[in-house]
Amino acid sequence: MAEPPILAVKGVKTFYGAIQALHGVDLEVARGEIVALIGANGAGKSTLLMTICGNPRARAGAVQFDGEDITALPTHEIVRRGVAQVPEGRRIFPRMSVFENLQMGATLADPAHFSHDLERVFAMFPRLAERRDQRGGTLSGGEQQMLAISRALMSRPRLLLLDEPSLGLAPLIVRQIFEAIGRIAREEGVTIFLVEQNAYHALRLADRGYVLANGRVRLSGGGRELLANAEVRAAYLEGGHP
Amino acid sequence: MAYFSQQLINAITLGAIYGLIAVGYTMVYGIIGMINFAHGEVFMIGAFISLIGFMICGLLGIGSAPVAILLVLLMAMAFSAVYGWAIERTAYRPLRGSFRLAPLISAIGVSIALQNYVQLVQGARPKPGGDVVSGGFNLFSADGFDVRVTWLQIIIVLVTVVLMMGFTWLIARTPLGRRQRACEQDMKMAALLGVNVDRTISLTFVLGAALAAVAGMLFLMYYGVIDFFIGFLAGIKAFTAAVLGGIGSLPGAMLGGLLIGLIEVFWAAYFSSEYKDVAAFAILVLVLIFRPSGLLGKPEIEKV
Ligand SMILES: Nc1ncnc2c1ncn2[C@@H]1O[C@H](COP(=O)(O)OP(=O)(O)OP(=O)(O)O)[C@@H](O)[C@H]1O
Ligand SMILES: [Mg+2]
Repeated sequence: MAEPPILAVKGVKTFYGAIQALHGVDLEVARGEIVALIGANGAGKSTLLMTICGNPRARAGAVQFDGEDITALPTHEIVRRGVAQVPEGRRIFPRMSVFENLQMGATLADPAHFSHDLERVFAMFPRLAERRDQRGGTLSGGEQQMLAISRALMSRPRLLLLDEPSLGLAPLIVRQIFEAIGRIAREEGVTIFLVEQNAYHALRLADRGYVLANGRVRLSGGGRELLANAEVRAAYLEGGHP
Repeated sequence: MAYFSQQLINAITLGAIYGLIAVGYTMVYGIIGMINFAHGEVFMIGAFISLIGFMICGLLGIGSAPVAILLVLLMAMAFSAVYGWAIERTAYRPLRGSFRLAPLISAIGVSIALQNYVQLVQGARPKPGGDVVSGGFNLFSADGFDVRVTWLQIIIVLVTVVLMMGFTWLIARTPLGRRQRACEQDMKMAALLGVNVDRTISLTFVLGAALAAVAGMLFLMYYGVIDFFIGFLAGIKAFTAAVLGGIGSLPGAMLGGLLIGLIEVFWAAYFSSEYKDVAAFAILVLVLIFRPSGLLGKPEIEKV
């Protein structure tokens, strides 16, 4: 067999107390791919990304990173293996400066890389450089999203999990963010698994996509292929883009 | 004026001790959102370890007071840190994720157990000790009244200021402090960035315990007697100080400690020493009515 996929989710079931959010999810992301996950509100997209990071933990099934079973590892051990997440709601540390948030992103990184990596994210998002000493909690939504992505990149991840990076942002910023994601994948060779409501942008950018509905994978295929799919168009592109 | 100055000096000394204990309450509250009800007992145990420490120094013939103080300080911090760690492991960690009051009840249990343990091992009667620094000097005289500062008071304030500065630096400037603050602000996110949250919580208990132990040593030296019950009242007052200053806020804990010291001493000096404890709590109630988050507490509203 060829090299294992960087991420494999196998029959994962996740519960919140008695409520089941994921009913046996199977999917794979190969090294270097951009894969999009779309689905309606409450489908279980965020739950899946968090389950990959071990919080909440899958009650059944397995999550494999680079061929290794990480299902039972604590979160900080999972991310140490090269996973970074831009979580739902961005979760910027509100009482830390932009700079300190980035320092937190570098928790697992080699300190020798810090200043280089800092310059790199500042080059990608010059806005952040201007606001280096501003408290995270006072940044605008778009700036927070830029910071969340930058913070995730500071650990030099091999797999980047993004949860709705375009949520609540103006169209211009959305385009900027998607451009940045594309660059991160192409230029830095980071594998990207992207959750989006904004199916049009996500599927155009992605190599492949999955559609999640009620905690199950309902459809999968190439990004353009899914964009052309009648069911996807009806459910996720209605009233949106052509 | 002279009488006032004298009381001020005494109040600052007492406030320093409360402040050191209050830091432990505020740090633990900041990170797990719960009061460590066994914290006062760590202070009491720190005082007893110091008592033993000074006795050992005496037996070893260590005559120099600064050397003895430093040795006892390190010893009290180290042993109490172990107690702080153990309290977290036994009373808090196993109950994380259960209903909110459970850890508080277990912490009260630990608190009672520690009191009884010390009572059993050390006896119930007050024990004298820690009498290594004496003397002082007259600052000035007025109205036929000498304003006196003792060397001990200077040591207490100096040790407190140095430790508080060191501690503030640790939290504000070091990677360790940054991880601690990250857990305080968003534990889930801190874990996603690779922070070992359990270890950071343990560390918070350990640091708070070490500072409480120093307070215990200073208390022993200042009052000269301790018993197994000192942790109760001192703990409640330091807790009040933490709430007064704004629970979760480090400078708030220090300010609150100072204020509780001031209130207590001045109330006793100008009104009645019988109600000095009541006065501190009454002022706490007043402050909380007008500023529910305490004097330096974080505002409730936060973007994000
Ligand atoms: N902490 C929780 N406790 C209980 N139920 C939860 C919790 N978090 C999510 N759920 C439930 O799990 C299901 C999946 O939620 P999830 O957040 O994963 O959806 P999502 O696909 O990310 O939705 P959205 O697009 O709105 O972000 C929902 O029914 C939600 O109500
Ligand atoms: Mg979501």
